[in-house]
Amino acid sequence: MKISLNNKEESMAGESISVRELLTMMRFTFPLIIVKINGQLVKKEDYERVFIGDGDAVEAIHLISGG
Amino acid sequence: MQSKLEKLKGTCVGIAGCGGLGSNCAMALARAGIGSLVIVDFDVVSRENLNRQYYFLDQVGQKKVLALRENIRKVNPDITVEAHDVRLGPDDVVRIFQNCTLIVEAFDSADMKLMLIETVSERFPDKFIIAGSGLAGYGQNNAIRTRRLGSLFICGDEVSEVSPELPPLAPRVCIVASMQANQALEIILDDLAIVGDDDAWDER
Repeated sequence: MKISLNNKEESMAGESISVRELLTMMRFTFPLIIVKINGQLVKKEDYERVFIGDGDAVEAIHLISGG
Repeated sequence: MQSKLEKLKGTCVGIAGCGGLGSNCAMALARAGIGSLVIVDFDVVSRENLNRQYYFLDQVGQKKVLALRENIRKVNPDITVEAHDVRLGPDDVVRIFQNCTLIVEAFDSADMKLMLIETVSERFPDKFIIAGSGLAGYGQNNAIRTRRLGSLFICGDEVSEVSPELPPLAPRVCIVASMQANQALEIILDDLAIVGDDDAWDER
């Protein structure tokens, strides 16, 4: 399947992948991340049970301490 | 421009956190002519804050929300400032910010940033939120930018985390705080739609 991750096209095996699996695979290592799928925010507690499929647009941004 | 100033006067902005980002962002909006601000923080002004936060030596020990309200009123006594001395949780976010057009995320900790963004996205899907992420250290002007994800704007370099080696310093903190204020003006004055074409916005 093909997805868009932060506006870049990524190809991967299989027909779907959980948010958690995608973050691990893409080495998003910071503890706090904002994830949106097709514009909808995914809460941290839902990373295991929300799945990304072919054609989805995913955005992932690290949240950095300091303010 | 006159009608735009009237529009600003009729708008309320919420500021979550009154540290480096929140105090400087609030002052920028106040000088630009915003009509009302809702400011929230639980902390008191300390001497260490003065390297970047909009407070003065004689305010050390005062509640930040009260000191900031005093400073705003010194610039413009006509602004309505609602000050809340509280450590924000999800229920407070809903109660305190319900009448704000948009909310500026100005917390220190990433946990609190996430809490606010999740709560506002879920409970106020019609409100914009402008967050700060990545502002420690000095230099690298051009690494600081704004990214839009629907109703969420993120200002900062998205990389520089505060640490003993990389403390927050006034210039970069104020740049991000001013970008947040500038983004708020654009949302208000240009009537940005919550469901917009993010890519088109990014290219502007």
